[in-house]
Amino acid sequence: MPELAMRDALRQAMDEEMSRDDSVFVLGEEVGEYNGAYKVTRGLLDKYGQPRVMDTPIAELGFTGLAVGAALVGLRPVVEWMTYNFSLLALDQVVNNAAKMRHMSGGQLKCPIVFRGPNGPAEFLSSQHSQALQSLYAHIPGLKVVAPSNPYDAKGLLKSSIRDDNPVMFLESEMTYGLTGEVPDEEYLVPIGEASVVRKGSDVTLISYSKPMLMLNKAAEELAEQGIEAEVIDLRTIRPLDEATIYESVKKTNRAVVVDESWPFASVGSHVCWLISRNCFDYLDAPVEYVCCEDVPMPYNHNMELAVQPSVEKIVQAAKGVSYAD
Amino acid sequence: MGKLDGYKKDQLLAMLRDMLIIRRFEEKAAQAYGLKKIGGFCHLYNGQEGVVVGAVAALDMKKDYLLTAYRDHGHAIATGMDPKVIMAELFGKEAGCSRGKGGSMHMFDVEKHMLGGNGIVGGQIPVATGVAFMQMYKKTGGVTLCFFGDGAIHQGAFHESANLASIWNLPVIYIVENNHFGMGTAVKRVSAVEDFDVKAKGYNMTGTTVNGMDVIEVHKAIKKVADTARKDGRPALLDIKTYRYKGHSMSDPAKYRTKEELEEFKQQDPILMLKKDLLDAEMITEKKFEELDKEAKAIAKQAEEFAEESPEPPLESRFEDIYA
Repeated sequence: MPELAMRDALRQAMDEEMSRDDSVFVLGEEVGEYNGAYKVTRGLLDKYGQPRVMDTPIAELGFTGLAVGAALVGLRPVVEWMTYNFSLLALDQVVNNAAKMRHMSGGQLKCPIVFRGPNGPAEFLSSQHSQALQSLYAHIPGLKVVAPSNPYDAKGLLKSSIRDDNPVMFLESEMTYGLTGEVPDEEYLVPIGEASVVRKGSDVTLISYSKPMLMLNKAAEELAEQGIEAEVIDLRTIRPLDEATIYESVKKTNRAVVVDESWPFASVGSHVCWLISRNCFDYLDAPVEYVCCEDVPMPYNHNMELAVQPSVEKIVQAAKGVSYAD
Repeated sequence: MGKLDGYKKDQLLAMLRDMLIIRRFEEKAAQAYGLKKIGGFCHLYNGQEGVVVGAVAALDMKKDYLLTAYRDHGHAIATGMDPKVIMAELFGKEAGCSRGKGGSMHMFDVEKHMLGGNGIVGGQIPVATGVAFMQMYKKTGGVTLCFFGDGAIHQGAFHESANLASIWNLPVIYIVENNHFGMGTAVKRVSAVEDFDVKAKGYNMTGTTVNGMDVIEVHKAIKKVADTARKDGRPALLDIKTYRYKGHSMSDPAKYRTKEELEEFKQQDPILMLKKDLLDAEMITEKKFEELDKEAKAIAKQAEEFAEESPEPPLESRFEDIYA
C-alpha cells in the first residue's frame, strides 16, 4: 500500500468527494491561491476553480454562517478554519444555527456541512493558538465530532463526514499533517461513530483519539516491556461515542486510563471516565485514571508547554498506577 | 403617473388581505398570550405589516427565499404558511410547523422557502447570504430576502455578510426593518448614523431609504433591487422605516417612547394607507373592506381554535429532529 502524509490523505478525500458530487465545495482563508495555510487544499482551486473553491476574507463568523445557509438549501460545504482557535469567532453560527436548524424547524431542514482544521496543542504558540476545543463542541447536541489520528482514518472519515447529512466538526492536528501512513489506492470509507481497537491486550485499557494516539502506542510498548499488556482504543469519533467498544475492553481488562489533550474540567475525557465508572463499576479493579492537559493556558516556553500536556511518561505512570504496579 | 398605475386590483386586494390577516392574527396571539396559551418570548408585528407584505408581493417564492429574525409571524403568513400551523406552533403543539420545538421565534416552511425565524440578533444574516450563495452557485435566477432589525445592523454578522455578498456577487437583499428601537433603545442612541442606507456604500452596493408604512412604496423598492439582483447578482441594502405598535415583546410596556409618537405612526397605518389609496382609486368600497377584515378575523379565530384543539406533542418526540 502507498504511504501518504496526513495532509495528502485529507486532500484526497476532498478531491474524491468534489469530483463525485458537484454540490461539495471548499471555502476558507487561504484555501485557494495560497493552497492552504497547511497545504491541505493544495491544487483544488486549479482543478475545480470557483465557486468550488472559495478564498474568503478573514471573517470567520460571516463565511461560516454563509456555509450553513448554503448547506440548508442543498450544497455540501467543507469549511476550513485555519485553526480551530479561530472557530471561536464563528461559534454562534455553529452552535445556534448549524446544530439547531433541524431541531428548530421540526425536522424540515438538514445541515450537511463539515468544519475542518487543526485543533489541539502545537508548539511555541502560547495560549491563543495552542488549545484543544473538542469538549466545547462535543457538548452540543446536533453536532458530530470526529478526530482521526492517522492518514487512513483521516481520509475515510473525512469522506464519510462530507457525505453525512449533519454538521460534522472534523478535528485535525497541526503536528501530524506530515505524519505518514498506509492509504490504499481503492476507495474506502471509515464510518463515523466506530472506535478502533489498535492494540490487543489484557491488563489495562488505554483510550484516546487524535494526536495523543502516538503517545498511547509508545506507552503500550513501554508497558509491554514491563510486563503489562495494554489494550489501546482509538475513539476516532467523539460524538456519537462508540461506548460499546470501550465497555467491552474495560470489562476484559478491569482497568482504564483515558488520555485527552483537553483541560480536565467538563471535558471529553472526563465524560468518558464518568461513563466507564458508571457502566463498568462492577468490573473495575481500580479507579479510572485520567491524563489530560493541566488546568492552565498553554505557555510559550517549550519546557513549560511540554510539562502541561499528556506525555508517554504520564500515561505509563497512570497505567502502572491503576495496575498497582508501582 | 398615479401611485397605483400598473397594479392590478387583485394584486392590491391580496396585499390588503395579507396585512389584515397578519394584524388580526397578532391580536389573537396577544390574547392567547394573556391567557397563558403561549409562553416565552413573543414579538408582535402590528404596525410593520407593510414591510413584509410589500416585499413578498414583489418576489417569486418558487425560486426566491426569505429569512428573518424573531419577529416572524408576519413573514410566515406573507410567505403563504397556514395561520393554523403558525398558531399551533405558538401553542407548542405537534401540528405546529416545528412540531412544538421552535415556538414564536422559529417559523419554518421549507416548501414555501421560508427558512425562519432566528432568535439571535443578526444570526440569520450570514445564513441568508449563504442561501444566496447557493443561488449564485447553481445559477437559479432566484434572490434571497434577508430581514433584520435596526438593532442587528451593528452586529459583525451583517458587515461580514455584506462584504461577502458584494465580492462574490450574491443575489441577496438586506432589509433593515427599522422600527426605530432595538428593544428599548432608540436608534439614535446607539447608531453613528440614523439612516442606514449609507452603510451600503462601504460594501459597494446600492442603499435605499423606504417608507415602510406604505406597502406600495415597499413593493416598488423591492421589485427594483430584486430585478437587479436577478440580472447582475448584485446585493442591495434597504432601510425600511416602520413602527411597531406593541412593545418589543409581550413583557415590554414600551415606556421609552411617547404616546404622541405612537399616535403619529398610527395615523400612517399601512393598512389604512392602502385602504385610502384603493378608495381614492375606486378599487374598493367600505363594504368590501369590512368583508376582508371580517374574513381576516375569522382566519385568526380558526387558527386559535385549531391550535387549542391540537394535541400536545408526544414526549418521546423530544429525541427526534436532532440528527438527520
